[in-house]
Amino acid sequence: MIQNMQAGQLISLAINDQVKEAYVRNSDTLLYTLREQFGLVGAKPGCNNGDCGSCTVLVDGIPINSCHILSVEAVGHKITTIEGLTDSTIQQAFIGNWAIQCGYCTPGYILNIYALIQTYPDADDAMINEWLESNICRCTGYQEIKEAVKNTLIARKINE
Amino acid sequence: MIPIDFEYYRPSTIIKAVQLYQDLTGNQKQTIFYGGGTEIISRARMNEISPNAVIDLKNIPECNVLKKDTETITIGATVSLTQIADSAVFPLLTNVARSIAFRTARNKITIGGNLTGDIIYREALLPFLLTESEAVIAGREGTRQVVISGNGIKLNEGEFIVQLVTNNKFAQYRHINHKTTKQSKVNYPIVSIASILVDDQIRVAFSGVCAYPFRLNQIEEALNDVTNSPGKRIQAAIDLLPAPILHDAQASSEYREFVLKQALQQLLDNFEGVS
Amino acid sequence: MKTESYTVIGKSVPRVDMPDKAFGRTKYTNDVTIPGVLHAKLHTSTRAHAVIKSINLAKAWEVPGVRAILTGDAFPFPVGPMLADRPPLAVNKVRYCGEPIAVVVADNIHQAKKAATLIDVEYEDLPVVNSPAEAMKSNAQLIHENLSNYKVQVKGVYPTPNTNIANLTKIRKGNMQTGWEASDITIESRVSFTPADHAALETRCARVEILSNGRVMVYSSTQGPFYVRKLLSEFFHIDAGMISVQTPLVGGAFGGKGTVQLEFIAYLASRAVGGKMVKIENSREEDLIMSPVHIGLDASVKLGATKDGKLKAAEIKFLFDSGAYSDTGAGISKAAASDCTGPYAIENVHCDSYCVYTNHPYATSFRGFGHPELTFAVEKAMDKLAARLQVDPFELRLLNAIGPGDTTPTQVNLNASNIGDVSSCLTKIRNLIGWNPNKNVQTTRDGKIRTKGISCFWKTSSTPPNATAGAVLTFNTDGSINLNCAAVELGQGTKTVLGQILAEKLKMDTKDIHVTLEVNTQYDPHQWKTVASSTTMIAGRAVLAAAEDAIKQLKNVGSTVLKSSPEDLDIAKGRIFLKDSPEYGVKITDVAVGYKYPNGNTVGGLVVGNGSYNVRHLTPLDPETGFGKPGPQWGVGAQAVEVEYNPKDYTYKIVKAATVLDAGKVINPQAAIGQMRGGMYLGLSWATRESFTFDDKGIVLNPQLRTYDILRASETPEYLVDFVETPLVDGPYGARGMGEYGVIGMAGALANSLSAACAADLNQLPLTPELIWKLVEGKGDVQ
Repeated sequence: MIQNMQAGQLISLAINDQVKEAYVRNSDTLLYTLREQFGLVGAKPGCNNGDCGSCTVLVDGIPINSCHILSVEAVGHKITTIEGLTDSTIQQAFIGNWAIQCGYCTPGYILNIYALIQTYPDADDAMINEWLESNICRCTGYQEIKEAVKNTLIARKINE
Repeated sequence: MIPIDFEYYRPSTIIKAVQLYQDLTGNQKQTIFYGGGTEIISRARMNEISPNAVIDLKNIPECNVLKKDTETITIGATVSLTQIADSAVFPLLTNVARSIAFRTARNKITIGGNLTGDIIYREALLPFLLTESEAVIAGREGTRQVVISGNGIKLNEGEFIVQLVTNNKFAQYRHINHKTTKQSKVNYPIVSIASILVDDQIRVAFSGVCAYPFRLNQIEEALNDVTNSPGKRIQAAIDLLPAPILHDAQASSEYREFVLKQALQQLLDNFEGVS
Repeated sequence: MKTESYTVIGKSVPRVDMPDKAFGRTKYTNDVTIPGVLHAKLHTSTRAHAVIKSINLAKAWEVPGVRAILTGDAFPFPVGPMLADRPPLAVNKVRYCGEPIAVVVADNIHQAKKAATLIDVEYEDLPVVNSPAEAMKSNAQLIHENLSNYKVQVKGVYPTPNTNIANLTKIRKGNMQTGWEASDITIESRVSFTPADHAALETRCARVEILSNGRVMVYSSTQGPFYVRKLLSEFFHIDAGMISVQTPLVGGAFGGKGTVQLEFIAYLASRAVGGKMVKIENSREEDLIMSPVHIGLDASVKLGATKDGKLKAAEIKFLFDSGAYSDTGAGISKAAASDCTGPYAIENVHCDSYCVYTNHPYATSFRGFGHPELTFAVEKAMDKLAARLQVDPFELRLLNAIGPGDTTPTQVNLNASNIGDVSSCLTKIRNLIGWNPNKNVQTTRDGKIRTKGISCFWKTSSTPPNATAGAVLTFNTDGSINLNCAAVELGQGTKTVLGQILAEKLKMDTKDIHVTLEVNTQYDPHQWKTVASSTTMIAGRAVLAAAEDAIKQLKNVGSTVLKSSPEDLDIAKGRIFLKDSPEYGVKITDVAVGYKYPNGNTVGGLVVGNGSYNVRHLTPLDPETGFGKPGPQWGVGAQAVEVEYNPKDYTYKIVKAATVLDAGKVINPQAAIGQMRGGMYLGLSWATRESFTFDDKGIVLNPQLRTYDILRASETPEYLVDFVETPLVDGPYGARGMGEYGVIGMAGALANSLSAACAADLNQLPLTPELIWKLVEGKGDVQ
């Protein structure tokens, strides 16, 4: 399909501190490429419309719905998925606070919260709410998730 | 999953972007400029648009400017709503930007995309409408600078917004914005208004009320007519709306009118201290 | 709570499924990429009710990679769990907006999708039935012309030919005339709401492959792997043993994954491409409206009471909006009839509960199975009655609370075990929410109104009379145990709770219990479904039975080794030992895989513990009176909501939400609290904002999460949870069900609280500011 060559390309993506290559269609979303090409299925296709936050990954440390960014658009940026999050503080806090039920929103939520804590270690309740309302959790009622965030922030302060 | 295929370009200069557009459309390829891309991705996924090529503007340095100098505030078209919300360069715009969608979405939505998208709300337009801001627009004829007024920014074929320029003085004025949604805060507006007090005169712009965002001199005149009671001024303003009040799944037109009246009342209370 | 000498039961053992979920390692159905798998995509209806004049597939076939395109004629026979009324792909006509018309199978998902969009369907519109009230009119447009020909799959479903009624369940208890005569006061109340959705974050997904020997391999995000097998077997005439269904962890379900839909289509699609594996995954838009939804309701309640508040009569009519097909809607209308009065003792009850066809997306079970819906109707009526009687709504409920010695609407005799303690729950909720009839409406300094509202709830399981579960235990060489059963982990913690039940029984540490998280119908013993808050009971009892079986075998071998009778032995902490001399014993490790004597001789063989449990003594309801037993026990509770209402703009904030549940026995407190909070959240999200908006042509205007409002993290109340523990005699360690209950009373408590705040009868859902504005301002009916 020579006439369609320009519909796709070989790209290199910096994912979880590794360089990964793949042939992608230009219209492939990063979510699709992460899942189908690289097996990084921690990013979940909850809506493919940028509404639910289940596919959140970090692009240069900023939470982005990976369903709302093209794979080709991500070239040149540093991508972190749940599989690449080496600091497990938030994961442990989610487990410790029972902030997980079905688990489908969990990876996206954890990446979003990781970025929040990195960006605003002094986040107050208003700031926490502003960040947390980006993700839908259908199971917990959010209280345990908020507790996980707050306890992590407190623990960090004590450790400093 | 976007079922269609398109070519993707990410030029590094304005001139290259303009030239690319000319070349692609010259080859009968339907081409669109791409900022944050959230709306393009969603609409392409749902088969509502099927471009043959997209030109991503995010590598153009001018489009990424966010600065305030002694005279002006300059915001590049591909600056994200979060960057604007987190910066203090333009407080009214900060507040309006923060009310759009939710934070993770705002990390990707660009100001240029919000101003020129097909979604009927385009709330980020309101602060620019109120402040005689100008849009720097690039196209085949080079760049032009136009005052943003009325219903927003009209682009010709092959043009894109490079920057938005606002006089610095407006950052100092008293301002209010008000957004009502159906229920969840994260939703499209039923009524969104932004307002600024300039030389004791209220300026106000609207989104969600009619099928497009707008600012209208006659409405402001009515609202500023202190010879009338607040109630009469508000009614006069509503009578002057440029189009029928929206009636859709978000809200009935009757309820929208009620919300609008309340919002205007709050506005008058706030600026004039009347109750 | 009483303190028993349990070591594991009653402890917040961390859920076994959490770590992998936290690290993104859990694989859901759609997280597996298989080389060569073909992708299926649907073409769905853009009309709510129309004749299909033609389907043009020509352009779709031109897309490269397309391997098959199927339309209704691929299998023009109706399927369905209770009443077979729904073709897997529309035949001759469409009955709802979003109904699948064709499926394309292609090499790649984008090819399948492209081709699906190129299918051209020509419609001829039919009049649209847009509400159950319209559907019930004598001259209503018929949605199913051949209703009388449909096969009833489950006893107790009664469709009415030449109407839009898929089921009518009648309750006739006592004598209505006596009831009304004994009543000094009567009130009438009517409530309604349109369908909403489960909106589980994992959209539904299925893969099917047909092997060369005819074995059908199914991989599905379902609450009922064995149920998928059952229906595939019945409708496609495949021996059940030739079908294998595998379900990994499920990303939320809320009842919406308890039925079968995509599996039918995937099977047909695989069959059309020579049995190759075909995957079908819902987009969010499809998952919201193409797949089954949360049922709507139009309900009328008439209550009669003496002047001191004793309920004497209830006449209730439910019109459930089951949408285009009945699915489990018929069962929901039956379950709602069975519990139609709420947990109140009433001697004279008349209920007609209809499952009605409309041209809305079709409904299936939603967490609570008809009870959140009926409870909204009943609890609104109770507050109306309290207002008329000028009594405290709390006292009215306490006075009429049902209990041992009373009978249910289907005339089941209640005793100290088969019903929880409504009065205790009420008393506890009063303290938890700070109920004070003189201070329940308070104005804040900034002019807002703070109010509280309460509700009671009850629910029995409404399982089929033969609902069953089984468990198999095998032992590892380290003495640890593998627990296999077909309960599906949805995030509710069932696998952990079952592990706790087993650990307690064997007096082991939970770390030595390995519960298999995935379900495979080929290896796991049969289980009906993971629904109806029934798993702790039926699978829990199966686990106990399996443990007994294993204990018996261990003691048998142990008795040989220890030269004693099995009766003299006990088991704990990995050892079999003499009761009177615990120091004299043998490790389970040394017995469970056969005991080897020093000389090499081995006795005993492998210990494999088997157990099963069946619900017992359940009966179908009598078609004329409803007499019968719909479930083994009634879980009960009380809930309350406190709101802060702004009378200026009709907005409100939910300040507190509280639940007291009679859990029988709380097996895992933290998991139980999580279930209650999550239930309250789901109930509040539904009651405050979730519903589909239809235009006058029955088109859904908000089939996306962008416009289908869901409660977000910044909008949550403070949750308060407490429990009462009235043991269920035959429940595992006394436990009753739990999963659904947190949802049930929320809409009622919220509506009662808000109605008090705005002094209007808020009788519709969702309770948006616009609705309140309209009802307070008397702007008439909103819907």
